Amino acid sequence: MTEMNADQVLDCKGLNCPLPVIKTKKAIDGMEPGQILKMVATDPGSKNDITAWASRTGNELLSGDQTDEGYVYFIKKS
Amino acid sequence: MSEPKRKRLAIIASQGTLDWAYPPFLLASTAAAMDMEVGVFFTFYGLTLLNKEIDVKVAPQTNPAMPMKMPFGPKGFQNIEWPIPNILANNIPGYETMATAFMKKTFAKKGVASIEDLREMCVDMGVRLIGCQMTMDVFGFGEDQFIDGVELGGAATFLEFAADSDISLFI
Repeated sequence: MTEMNADQVLDCKGLNCPLPVIKTKKAIDGMEPGQILKMVATDPGSKNDITAWASRTGNELLSGDQTDEGYVYFIKKS
Repeated sequence: MSEPKRKRLAIIASQGTLDWAYPPFLLASTAAAMDMEVGVFFTFYGLTLLNKEIDVKVAPQTNPAMPMKMPFGPKGFQNIEWPIPNILANNIPGYETMATAFMKKTFAKKGVASIEDLREMCVDMGVRLIGCQMTMDVFGFGEDQFIDGVELGGAATFLEFAADSDISLFI
């Protein structure tokens, strides 16, 4: 899995659509451009949804991996 | 450099049941999170979704495909789909209230936000909530029963917003 330093960590485990996307958006809004958010989710739908959200909003999805912890995403704020 | 024009989503929310309350708020909040400009026009029974206290139920008798499962007990028990015939569902007193409670409980257990939470997120993210003036007059609703921030308008108000939308949905 990809491991990198995150400026902020967001736990979306146990949450279902569309909460991981909305909480990710709120977290990103509070961050500075270039900073990295680590988001962890258990919703399998988050894989496609976070990809779609990132592509629409222009934030960069650096990686998305399925780990023991859940689905782990690293997102760089644009 | 000028900012690119934001995508716009226009929704008509016409239904006042728990199951049908989800799509407008869910899509509106997600679209807002995707930086889209969103407006929802609440008309007919959908207007009740703007009440300070949302009181909506799910009607199993009009949703024959609705799975009836128990939100408690051992996993095997929860997975049983109860074959409840419509003739019973329509006539057991309190059946609708029970089905509503079960749906809310199941949704909460699965990590799905409540309607109230989704609506609050819509308000936070600047979704335009437009209440239908005509429906208010017909049903005898007052503006003071709605949450703050609701705009009032009619078909033309919605269409003016929807005319420049990229996505338009009737729910």
